[in-house]
Amino acid sequence: MTTSQGSGDFVVSHLSKTFVRHGGSGARNVRAVDDVSFRVPKGTSLGLVGESGCGKSTVARAILRLIEPDSGSIVFDGVDVRAAKGTALRVLRRRMQIVFQDPYSSLNPRRTIRQTLEEPLRVHLRQSSKEIREKAEAAMVEVGLPREALERYPHEFSGGQRQRIGIARALVLDPELVVADEAVSALDVSVQAQILRLLEGLRERRGLSFLFVSHDLGVVRHFCDRICVMYLGRIVEEGPTADVLDRPLHPYTRLLRDSYPVPDPRARRPLIQIAGEVPSAANPPPGCGFHPRCARAEGPCSVERPQLAASGDDRSRACYFPETSDIAWGSLRIGAMT
Amino acid sequence: MTSFPRPALDLRNLRTEFRIGGRWYPAVRNVSVSLMPNETLAVVGESGSGKSVTALSILRLLPHAGARIQGGEVLFEGQDLVTLSERDMSTIRGNSIAMIFQEPMTSLNPTMTVGDQIAEAILIHRGGSRMEAKAKALRLLDEVKIPSPKSRLDEYPHQFSGGMRQRVMIAMALACHPRVLLADEPTTALDVTIQAQVLSQLEELKQAYGMSMLFITHNLGVVAQIADRVAVMYAGEIVELATVDALFAKPMHPYTAALLRAMPRADRANESLEPIPGSVPALSAVPTGCAYAPRCPFKDRSCTELHPELVSSGDPGHLVRCPVRPVGGVH
Repeated sequence: MTTSQGSGDFVVSHLSKTFVRHGGSGARNVRAVDDVSFRVPKGTSLGLVGESGCGKSTVARAILRLIEPDSGSIVFDGVDVRAAKGTALRVLRRRMQIVFQDPYSSLNPRRTIRQTLEEPLRVHLRQSSKEIREKAEAAMVEVGLPREALERYPHEFSGGQRQRIGIARALVLDPELVVADEAVSALDVSVQAQILRLLEGLRERRGLSFLFVSHDLGVVRHFCDRICVMYLGRIVEEGPTADVLDRPLHPYTRLLRDSYPVPDPRARRPLIQIAGEVPSAANPPPGCGFHPRCARAEGPCSVERPQLAASGDDRSRACYFPETSDIAWGSLRIGAMT
Repeated sequence: MTSFPRPALDLRNLRTEFRIGGRWYPAVRNVSVSLMPNETLAVVGESGSGKSVTALSILRLLPHAGARIQGGEVLFEGQDLVTLSERDMSTIRGNSIAMIFQEPMTSLNPTMTVGDQIAEAILIHRGGSRMEAKAKALRLLDEVKIPSPKSRLDEYPHQFSGGMRQRVMIAMALACHPRVLLADEPTTALDVTIQAQVLSQLEELKQAYGMSMLFITHNLGVVAQIADRVAVMYAGEIVELATVDALFAKPMHPYTAALLRAMPRADRANESLEPIPGSVPALSAVPTGCAYAPRCPFKDRSCTELHPELVSSGDPGHLVRCPVRPVGGVH
């Protein structure tokens, strides 16, 4: 795979990761991520959405090599992330940072905020103590916290403040790509909006790229230029966020969207009849993973897996019988569950 | 004189306090609200607004140490639950008033089959034989649409998915045909497609059983989908009470309006996400005057001095705790 050197783009191709699960009935392979490809152009934000177990967090970790992927390529700014070792890997790690969901469990409770923020600087940069101190202070101010807070411990902060600290920790190394794994999901609405504002500001000021993993379509619509919808380890649809949500092509995207409760009682609809739940990734159905739950499924769906293919309009979907007409929000009216 | 239907549950000046550092602080401050027969009343608010404590106070499920109901009444079928003996209370709990919680895994007993757990609730409150109770449990599992209920009856909670566990919880709550269901964030831990299933099921069962439901959530989208009326809570008190249509069309309290503007929407472009500055006050540091005043763009001097009352907004049935709000709702 070749990418122009220095483009700043982040390109993932054919990424796969299989976990082996040891249970009473012997070892079973769980294909958590299956042939996933996407691109995050420099300075843009890509949303990765899907339900629990769809593999979105595994993708987030695999691209940073916090979990080693089995196959596929990951190229950041022309550099092969999977092949990187030693110093090259350390340099890459500095340029790619992650913000986790739970600000309570991702900060060391026995360290002051200063210790937490300065450690990555000591690991990665050969700088004087003074420079390191100033960097940590600048990061604190950038996320909207007072300098004095550096001497305090995590338990002294609220959830929103802790998430700001988690972001500050990611920022001290001046990364170019930030992976946000459900970074605002644990926060109350009013605080969530504050953190989204903060992330937007950072993206504009620093030209940061984001891989934004979330289950919340509202947050993704607000923050992401493009969106990838995952189901059972695979991307089933990709495209500009507003287009995908307003005119979903894949039936699963539509199901996900129509299940999302819209804060408008006039858009109230008899909630949809949904056949069953997401099947286990340890035992996925043959053909299209969604076909057992899909109203549009026909012959080939249960036999041959559809590939993610371009559909024009800068979009792609993995479906033989994609949705065709415009389907407005809240227009789905199916009677009560039977 | 017209006779109004009697509320299924009537909270009057309910006040619940927690002890922090040797002092008592109110977590629920003089909450008055009626739940009408067959009504779904949503209680919405952020963490620490007192919405869960309100529900726990109704069933008196608060911890014995460090928490107390300091005043007010909870009227249910002519009795005041606050003054009821623990013995009488236990005949109401899980029987005529049932509750479901956010995390079904921690609310189910991991060492008992789901069938036995549901049957236990029936045996305790309704008596009868074990066989009958088990048969009823099977019918309930079928009613909440657990696939192949007969074989699932003898399985343990860990063998169920999150959505299925919540259905088991619902089945157990319905076992004794409650008049009132208290649902505390029952779909918050679930994926959206499963949430949609559980919500439509709750709605259906509410109709079938003729129940009233107090539905606690922080999600305004869920509120818009299921509620008849909505109580918005902030810092332990109701700041706005209205029908669901009025609340979304014409929010009167600045906090309600701010919440709606802070919520990113999936169904439309939302360029103007407006965060609410500051954060919810700590229990021990609720401002005198209006609790929301420090974060409110409309505040004037009276807001920090006088504690506003929950009064009619001028529209019938629409109450608001804010004397300085702009006329015609906050937009």
